[in-house]
Amino acid sequence: MSDLRKIIIDGIETEALGDMTLIQVCEQMGIEIPRFCYHERLSIAGNCRMCLVEIVGGPPKPAASCAMQVKDLRPGPEGAPPEIRTRSDMARQAREGVMEFLLINHPLDCPICDQGGECDLQDQAVAYGMDFSRYREAKRAIDDLDLGPLVETHMTRCISCTRCVRFTTEVAGITQMGQSGRGEDAEIISYLNQTLHSNMQGNIIDLCPVGALTSKPYAFTARSWELEKVESIDVMDALGSNIRVDSKGRRVMRILPRNHDGVNEEWISDKTRFVWDGLTNQRLDRPFIRVDGKLVACSWDQALDEAGSLLKSEQVTSIAGDLASVEAVYALGQLTDSLKGKKECRVNNVDLPIGNRSGYVGTSRIEDIDSAGRILMVGTNPGVEAPVLNARIRASWLAGSHVELVGEAVDLTYGYKHHGTDLLSWQKLAKNLENVDLADTLIILGQGALHESLDNSALGIAMNLADRGAGLLILHTAAARVGAMDLGFATEGGMDQALDGAGVIYNLGVDEIDIPSGPKVIYQGSHGDRGAHRADIILPAAAYTEEAGIFVNTEGRPQLASKATFPVGEAKENWAIVRALSGKLGMPLEYNSQIQLRLKLAKEFPHLMEIDMVRQNELQPIETEQAGNAELKNVINDFYLTNPIARASAVMAELSYLTRSRDGEFNEAA
Amino acid sequence: MLRRFHHTQPDSFEFSEENLKWAREQIAKYPEGRQVSAIIPLLWRAQEQEGWLTKPATEYVANMLGMARIRAYEVATFYFMFQLQPIGSIAHIQVCGTTSCMICGAEDLISVCKERIASIPHQLSPCERFSWEEVECLGACANAPMIQIGKDYYEDLSRESFESLLDDLFANRKPIPGSRKGRFSSEPQTGVKCLAEYENGKAKFSPAVSLARIEGDQ
Repeated sequence: MSDLRKIIIDGIETEALGDMTLIQVCEQMGIEIPRFCYHERLSIAGNCRMCLVEIVGGPPKPAASCAMQVKDLRPGPEGAPPEIRTRSDMARQAREGVMEFLLINHPLDCPICDQGGECDLQDQAVAYGMDFSRYREAKRAIDDLDLGPLVETHMTRCISCTRCVRFTTEVAGITQMGQSGRGEDAEIISYLNQTLHSNMQGNIIDLCPVGALTSKPYAFTARSWELEKVESIDVMDALGSNIRVDSKGRRVMRILPRNHDGVNEEWISDKTRFVWDGLTNQRLDRPFIRVDGKLVACSWDQALDEAGSLLKSEQVTSIAGDLASVEAVYALGQLTDSLKGKKECRVNNVDLPIGNRSGYVGTSRIEDIDSAGRILMVGTNPGVEAPVLNARIRASWLAGSHVELVGEAVDLTYGYKHHGTDLLSWQKLAKNLENVDLADTLIILGQGALHESLDNSALGIAMNLADRGAGLLILHTAAARVGAMDLGFATEGGMDQALDGAGVIYNLGVDEIDIPSGPKVIYQGSHGDRGAHRADIILPAAAYTEEAGIFVNTEGRPQLASKATFPVGEAKENWAIVRALSGKLGMPLEYNSQIQLRLKLAKEFPHLMEIDMVRQNELQPIETEQAGNAELKNVINDFYLTNPIARASAVMAELSYLTRSRDGEFNEAA
Repeated sequence: MLRRFHHTQPDSFEFSEENLKWAREQIAKYPEGRQVSAIIPLLWRAQEQEGWLTKPATEYVANMLGMARIRAYEVATFYFMFQLQPIGSIAHIQVCGTTSCMICGAEDLISVCKERIASIPHQLSPCERFSWEEVECLGACANAPMIQIGKDYYEDLSRESFESLLDDLFANRKPIPGSRKGRFSSEPQTGVKCLAEYENGKAKFSPAVSLARIEGDQ
């Protein structure tokens, strides 16, 4: 039953749901209400008092619009709709007063503050504050906290909005931050000066409306107004978080989240946010050829000639790594086809069914987590495979859904029922659900449940349940995987079959595996990582911030990543390298620009051009034979070091070290 | 006032058997899932047991209620009635310093505290048996100025009567609470002006005072 009520705001009558807060109604109407503590995705605190409005006929004092619901308002005389005013003298004076109080203890250090230029307090002081200060007394100062290597603190600037406390408690699920004391002595603290143990902590930097919490790696390197801002897509995990890449000149200075309700809400993981220093380290900035066992720098012409003659003379196998865009994989696939070679993207021996989109993507969307009543997770640790997705599962759990897990028991920040760690447990759980209505059940199948050794039996069980109404979501760990599978970049039989008899391997950014000795290797990628060490020819390519590309996320949503900076040195865009090589081989691909490539792609794979749409996949259950029992092993060991960019980042290395020493890894060695 | 855990802390804390039983009863008062609501009574009882609220005690209570330690710490630092530092083993004297008491001489009492106990509040006297602090209104304005020790009120004080009260305490004698001017409770100093018919047959002392006298006799 809808509970629509009439309400008059600033003289305009409108209708709103009874349980909406006044600030939400105003937002809907396009009326700006200043706020500090209120945030749409956090609980309501109502402690900054900046959002005060006048309630006509109400109490003779202004009310906090973030904490008052439409249904709390009493109607006017003769049953007239309740009326609130956001621009009356009372509201204006109230805000001026609140602003004056907030500024009493706020230092006047905007010129040396990193938040300057993008500071809520600065903006609102100009818009809603007074034009001078009456305060002559000494200001309060507070010791800074040490929250770890990511979040820098200047606690004297804190206005005690408690957004950071609410975020870490509610979304990130850690219990280290709090507010101690009261009144003037209230401070935001971490319990006994602990550092934050979460891989989502960077979000409190965005949440902080003032400069109390700022980014440590970005500190004092740029001003917000000098940055070039480009909207893009993250490739650190398969979630495809929407990001904004801020760059200055040729350097990426920082990465921020963008709002996308269906994907990342407005959070990103720390790997996504702080990986950018890896974009400048260990880069391949010119082509190399191996001469007498040593890699020697050479020109593009030499490298392409050498690669061309290799590709012509030997049996080719192309493999695509975790960070490759759809365009690059598409071009490489066409080149490989014309050389009659084999191709494979499932480089970590994961058995995704070829051509069966319901099998490698699933039938559900990420958004379905919110409404699921029961979430079954198999062979996955979303806490490190996709932290933002994990936060979403946590939100669903907080809202009352049941979470059950088959696989390694790990700390997920929420409670779950653990059903054992092997395939048999999954089978048993599925059997127990035989007579249960599965309409609000969502199965999240991780890569740990799809390993080749399991012969697809875990997936088979999941699909049987999906056939009876459950939702199915395959959680990938590689941003490129779904796109490459959509393009059919796979060989029946997996990696072993693909590498069998290969004379030359064309390696498009595969750095997570050891390529067997024997065949020659052409490595195309951005970083001097494992793949480049094994290479005979290195073709330097753009990293994900340096070229436009389509990435299909784990739920099958194609999204457009954009170019924020130019590739370093002589590196080129991935698709262009493949195109140039095809010219050298005398079998040029039929496009000379990325637009032409996409037009061709659109003809062949129309769904990849449905940007930001999730196609409903028809469930095609697979026949599986019952394999023997096997343990479900999670695929990610170290969250911070899962790809070559992260491994080149000093920040990620430090985080990895801190996490592992916290887990006692180094104690055991000693 | 900045409130933090004291720099030296005992190693551990556990409720006494009696207190543990009491704590379980308190927790049971709240509906399932709302046990954390018992935080204040439990912290209070832990403070009564130890004299002050220690870090192990706060964490013990937090664990008992299944809540994050930081949440218990927030509560402990918020309320001034939780003593986060050691207090005098004989008496922690809370001098009311709010308007009525201040006008009637609370500042004299505080200066006595400064002379005889410690120069600043919340500090132990050299003998570690006493400490003092200034608190907000304790609701005995008609009997100003007054102090509280533990749960007892000592009212209608002057510099002299407060000094003799301290003398008693220093000599390990238990002073009798209540008015130092012989009042029953908060009636006018010159005798009751109304409800005089109830004066006959009234007990000599107020219940709190007579209870203390009986206990003192034992």
